[in-house]
Amino acid sequence: MTAAPPRSAESAAAPTPDVVIHTEGLTKLFAGGVRAVDGVDLEVRRGDVYGFLGANGSGKTTTVRCLLGLVLATSGRIEVLGESMPRSGATVLPRVGALVEGPAAYGHLSGHRNLVLHDASGRRPQGHLGGGRKDRGDRATEALAQVGLGAVGSRPVRGYSLGMRQRLGLAAALMRQPELLVLDEPTNGLDPQGIREIRELLTGLNRTGTTIFLSSHLLAEVEQLCTRIGLLDQGQLVLEEPLAHLRAPTGRVVVVSPDADRAASLLGGGVAHRDGERLLVTGADPAALNARLVSNGIRVSELGPERRRLEDIVEERTRRRSGEVPR
Amino acid sequence: MSRWSDRGDEGVELAKLFSRRRTWVAILLLNLLPTIVAVLLAWTGISPRPGSGPAFLSAVLANGSLFSIAALAIVLPLFLPIAVAVVAGESVAGEAEAGTLRYLLVRPVGRTRLLVRKFGAIATFVLVCVVSVVAVGYVVGRLLFGNAPLATAMISLSGSALSPGQVAWRSVAAIGFITVSMLGVAAMALFLSTLTDSPQAASLGALAFLIGSSLLLTVDAARPLQPYLPTRYWLSFVDLYRDPVLWSNLERGLALQGVYVVVLLAAAWANFATRDITS
Repeated sequence: MTAAPPRSAESAAAPTPDVVIHTEGLTKLFAGGVRAVDGVDLEVRRGDVYGFLGANGSGKTTTVRCLLGLVLATSGRIEVLGESMPRSGATVLPRVGALVEGPAAYGHLSGHRNLVLHDASGRRPQGHLGGGRKDRGDRATEALAQVGLGAVGSRPVRGYSLGMRQRLGLAAALMRQPELLVLDEPTNGLDPQGIREIRELLTGLNRTGTTIFLSSHLLAEVEQLCTRIGLLDQGQLVLEEPLAHLRAPTGRVVVVSPDADRAASLLGGGVAHRDGERLLVTGADPAALNARLVSNGIRVSELGPERRRLEDIVEERTRRRSGEVPR
Repeated sequence: MSRWSDRGDEGVELAKLFSRRRTWVAILLLNLLPTIVAVLLAWTGISPRPGSGPAFLSAVLANGSLFSIAALAIVLPLFLPIAVAVVAGESVAGEAEAGTLRYLLVRPVGRTRLLVRKFGAIATFVLVCVVSVVAVGYVVGRLLFGNAPLATAMISLSGSALSPGQVAWRSVAAIGFITVSMLGVAAMALFLSTLTDSPQAASLGALAFLIGSSLLLTVDAARPLQPYLPTRYWLSFVDLYRDPVLWSNLERGLALQGVYVVVLLAAAWANFATRDITS
């Protein structure tokens, strides 16, 4: 797989707002009074890999559909690429690549033909992304190669596995080299090798300037890929922060020692919490603490600053009790 | 100069429709029934008495090229509208069911534009169906009953002779009239197709609409309604083969279909343009 070629001078010269997705008070009430999305204020900045987290049924997909103009918001404002949605969909959406709730294609047609038809059905941009019918086939071939489907592009989609369909959906999203990729569960159905390939592809695209909005419930995937996190819980955005902040050292030091008893008595009140051989020490510099323990003959098998796991943060911020599907 | 150089290929829905084997099977089946009738007729030589059975069938034994018109009369009441209802009912609901609708709309294809393209593809499909029935009927008729030379005058329903040139333009007009007659069904099925994510429900709904209309045409108590029923003037295409052409019902038929198309397409648009796409 290869990374996308750098985008043209033309698109770089276009006005480039720093905020790529902006919503204010985005609310969607479905028939029957179900509040699927409730006053969400999102802010995705240019160059972000934004991880949009939330449990099943938390409103992620509805939010994504609102951003793309598929579902019309009950109230609130949506701006994508600096323009209001869904009003400016005709000019915004050609610059957005999307994968919404699983891929879809015409089963009786080949992957290549699907991409060509998809491309032909809408407007095409000018410049090096443009080109006529002839280039359409070449761009489809290029997009297929980009997602690793080059060898099977001529086979009917009917025979594709879920992972191959997922890649085809991604190829369709990438075909116009969008400024913004909105991806809903993009690695669903992929094997570990495929997940790594897609991750590398997305990282490469982000490096060349593509902003990525990735909705997922796979914390590990988000932790490895994303720079900013938004967490949705029962339709409300309960957290929006850079991942680096969330995972910054907490100021406490984790010490694991077979001589935990002696260490605890040496450190006294500095031990905030003890769990077997694992001690949490407050108000200490890791290096100084290590020197102090070792000079007192206490063996240390592990020592380092405490960092919080994304899983803990998510658990802490979501009110949902485990095993309960909200509404 | 705008940044976007075009709005996409308008023929894309047509290409999709005719890339489906289902579409060609429908056209094939549509031509099968008249062909079976022709074979039976040629084999047995028993033609319906004039005035009974499908129009023109009684005259076919004398002039084989008339079978193209007889074939139209055979498929018109049921086979053709079924084919149209299936294809039109599938148009939007089928995309929703397959999940491709959301990708079309974020490509983006404007919702109004998508409806117009879908309706254009369906209308083309109807025309292809009607022309194929006429063409296959003509060939089958010439092969099985091909005893009368082409130059022989056809006898109109009024009893006078029609020259081959008159028959030709009247047949083209009949193709046009029948195609338009199907557009009311097509618009109904398209409207239902925007209401549901199930193509079968949309097609069956449109068929129920037709069957209801045909039924009411046979009920005397429904007489005040009858001029407004969508199937009322379908068979009026035979008026083209009177001498002179009896235009009144043809005109009413075209106007009525026009009203159905406008109202139903407006309803389809009003529903689809503001609908949440959750498929």
